[in-house]
Amino acid sequence: MALPLGEEVLAGLGGFEDAAVVKVADDLALVATVDFITPVVDDPELFGEIAAANALSDVYAMGGDPWFALNILCLPCAFPAEVARGVVVGGLRKVKEAGAFLVGGHSVDDEEPKYGLCVVGRVHPERVVRNSTLEEGALLYLTKPLGVGIVTTAIKAGLASEEAVEKAVESMRKLNKEASLKMLEVGAVAATDVTGFGFIGHALEMCSSGEFDIVVEVEKIPVIEEAFEYASMGLIPAGAYRNREYFSQKVVFERNVGDWEMVLFDPQTSGGLLVAVPEDRAGLYRYPCVGYVVKGSGRVVVR
Amino acid sequence: MVVDARGCACPKPVLMTKEALEGIEEGIVEVLVDNPASKENVARFAQKQGCSLEIKEEEWGYRLIITKGYACSLPQVEDKTTSDKVMIFLSDSMGEDRELGQILIRAFIATLRESSVKPKKLIFINRGVYLTTEGSKVADVLKELEREGVEILSCGTCLEYFGLKDKLVVGSVTNMYDTVESLLGSASVVRI
Repeated sequence: MALPLGEEVLAGLGGFEDAAVVKVADDLALVATVDFITPVVDDPELFGEIAAANALSDVYAMGGDPWFALNILCLPCAFPAEVARGVVVGGLRKVKEAGAFLVGGHSVDDEEPKYGLCVVGRVHPERVVRNSTLEEGALLYLTKPLGVGIVTTAIKAGLASEEAVEKAVESMRKLNKEASLKMLEVGAVAATDVTGFGFIGHALEMCSSGEFDIVVEVEKIPVIEEAFEYASMGLIPAGAYRNREYFSQKVVFERNVGDWEMVLFDPQTSGGLLVAVPEDRAGLYRYPCVGYVVKGSGRVVVR
Repeated sequence: MVVDARGCACPKPVLMTKEALEGIEEGIVEVLVDNPASKENVARFAQKQGCSLEIKEEEWGYRLIITKGYACSLPQVEDKTTSDKVMIFLSDSMGEDRELGQILIRAFIATLRESSVKPKKLIFINRGVYLTTEGSKVADVLKELEREGVEILSCGTCLEYFGLKDKLVVGSVTNMYDTVESLLGSASVVRI
């Protein structure tokens, strides 16, 4: 599909970027995104918070500052009004925490509930953090633990422990605000957020230029520990298997990593930022370092 | 039992399998699924539960045949060095001629020592106890058999009758009750 673009479009559909970026002045570009999800938890307010944090994350991944947001809400008419209210209250809480305004939205009658936001943020046109602008020797950081897709599958099965639920919910409702601000401070060269394609899928997006490989040191990756137990019980979302099928040709597992494999393919809701920081400034970014960038051919090497 | 989980999204097929397996002590549950993700998840679950598993590809998807219980308790095939045979020695001689019989029984016990499959127990009754007491020419061979796990038992009453009670040099003393139990509990008894 040919999509004619004006010069002012700094990031569009090409290059797997997390959000569109449109320059409106020499010192201002707008970062725009829309994202909505089906419930991952039963509590409406928590779901609202998670869905909002998930949508806001795309702006943070580009190095943007959320400015205003609009609701997208789909609910069955039969649901009590408190549910709709709860979801929006949760969403609003996160929009406020992001320092943005909730300025409107749209709701639709739908059998399966969904909620999310359309978010517009601000960024200096020269400070946009793209996702595939890696450089050799850069270190790679992950700002939230993996495993939330598996844990939410265990929640749906009614088999998740209270501790695991709490860890996953806390991780999902947390904004990537601080991780984003710090990444701008240290001068990250590239970043993305880990969502539906899982850690591997998004890491592959980062090396999509084909010039570099990302070497991942699996033991260093933060993870919700219970995810291994649930994975071994077969509580793995179908999306993880789709990701594996889709991406496995570009992944090299140097050894058998056991249940880590499915954790690395697990789709994340409101996952962390995956940030590449140049070697000389790496010590300043205080999140778990999970790998590094080498010259290569656009693969992820797991060791 | 057949669990038809076709058309169900993860994690439903796993839950249906879980419920089916929990409902039986042992047996076979066949789970039908129509997508690879459900196949892998149900397989993972079954393996985690220690069940054995066979997967068949069908036109409509996959049939997972999960066996709970007895597949795991199948007798293990192992190298057998001891049989469950019990040998009962009613004399210190083998066959009618006494002199020849004593030579034969020594050769018999020596050959037993060399054989790759050993009996479980040797029980010595009546004049048989002369083989397990002082002066026996096979005491050393019997001691070696004992070290290899063969039980050597001598009849207490017989030892007493021949005045050999404190002359026992190999194995232990048994009574008629234990002897009867041993003979009844054994799949095969060889009388010498």
